[in-house]
Amino acid sequence: MPLNIDWKQILLHLFNFVLLFAILFFLLYKPVKKFMDKRMQYYKEMDENANKKLEDAEEMKKAYEEKLSAASEEIAEKKRDADLLVERERQEKMARAEKEAGAILEKARADGETEKKKIIEGAQSEIVDMVAEACRKAISADPSAAMDGFLSVANEDKDE
Amino acid sequence: MTKKTRRVLLITFACVLAAILIAAILVPSVQKEESIQETMTDAVLHESNKISLFGLEVNPGLISAFVITGVLFVVALLIRIFVIPKFTLIPGKFQAALEKLVDLFGGVARENSPHRPNVLSAYIFVAGTYIFFSTLFELFGVQALTTKGYPISLPAPLSDINGAIAMGCTTYLFIMCGGIAANKMKGLGNTLKDFSLPISMSFRLFGALLSGLLVTELVYYTQSLSYVLPVFVAVMFTLLHALIQAYVLITLAALFYGEVTEPHVKKPRKGKKQ
Repeated sequence: MPLNIDWKQILLHLFNFVLLFAILFFLLYKPVKKFMDKRMQYYKEMDENANKKLEDAEEMKKAYEEKLSAASEEIAEKKRDADLLVERERQEKMARAEKEAGAILEKARADGETEKKKIIEGAQSEIVDMVAEACRKAISADPSAAMDGFLSVANEDKDE
Repeated sequence: MTKKTRRVLLITFACVLAAILIAAILVPSVQKEESIQETMTDAVLHESNKISLFGLEVNPGLISAFVITGVLFVVALLIRIFVIPKFTLIPGKFQAALEKLVDLFGGVARENSPHRPNVLSAYIFVAGTYIFFSTLFELFGVQALTTKGYPISLPAPLSDINGAIAMGCTTYLFIMCGGIAANKMKGLGNTLKDFSLPISMSFRLFGALLSGLLVTELVYYTQSLSYVLPVFVAVMFTLLHALIQAYVLITLAALFYGEVTEPHVKKPRKGKKQ
């Protein structure tokens, strides 16, 4: 054959390569690939589990948020009721206080009137007493002196 | 290590190196048994330097192929027994390197043949590993005796035309099997359409690796070129070839495999004009 091509040696090379293929495939390639696939599967499962847990957590969060929003509404409603109650009570108390204040004012006014009357009555009786005293003095003493005495007392009162 | 110790070590190392160099120059070399023409012709054709394999005269490349398979078997077995059972979820450096290697070929397979990447990934893993390590093998200069009693250093298996043809044809057969498994007769037809593929693959491998071998032979033939220069030659023609040829073959294999295993979609018939 040209170029020293020898079919027997080609077949021997082929035999050698097939043998090497079997050796490297079973001893090296397959175990390493198997390990890599196993590890990939492990991390894939881990990833899937993590994603599942994340989804569960998201759902739980959603549920809690819904519950929270329902609770907030309830709280707001109760607050509104409480506010109404407080307002009503406040108005009642205000009305009661106004009524009491009116009564106190009325009583104070009546007391004031009574006191005023008493003072005026006291002053009138004093004036009457003073006039009577002055008249008595005028009758018993000199008329001019009585007149002078009366005028001096009257002037004193006027000055006061 | 102190500065003084380091200096002493460096001087000692330089002295030893100089002594070896002087000895290599002074010691008389063995008379060349063959001319440069004979050496080059033999590197290409392997007609005169044969090695006995259980009584059968074979090219040195075949012996290299068996040696590499043996070494890779031992390494793979050691890794399988001592390393793989200790794999952890968070990989160490060696585990990461192994996983990266497997994943690298898996990535090429997935990219080029998204429909059937698993078998392709395993094939290109083995083919890539074989081409890489078999090309590196010539760097070690493992010695063997020819049937005529001359010592020769074993070449890369794929610099032997028989090894390259075997590799090219195996890859073509693998692609054909993939095509048949995926698309039955259509896949077979698609593969047969590229009938030049095994020839181009074989001779590309053979030519690329042979060029490295020839340059290396040329460099080592002349004694004055045998110092320092082989380092660059080895890097240029062995390390880079190892990477480039492995990459080229796996890319081509993945590309053609992806093409023939692509699901066949029937084109909708055009409606007849009324």
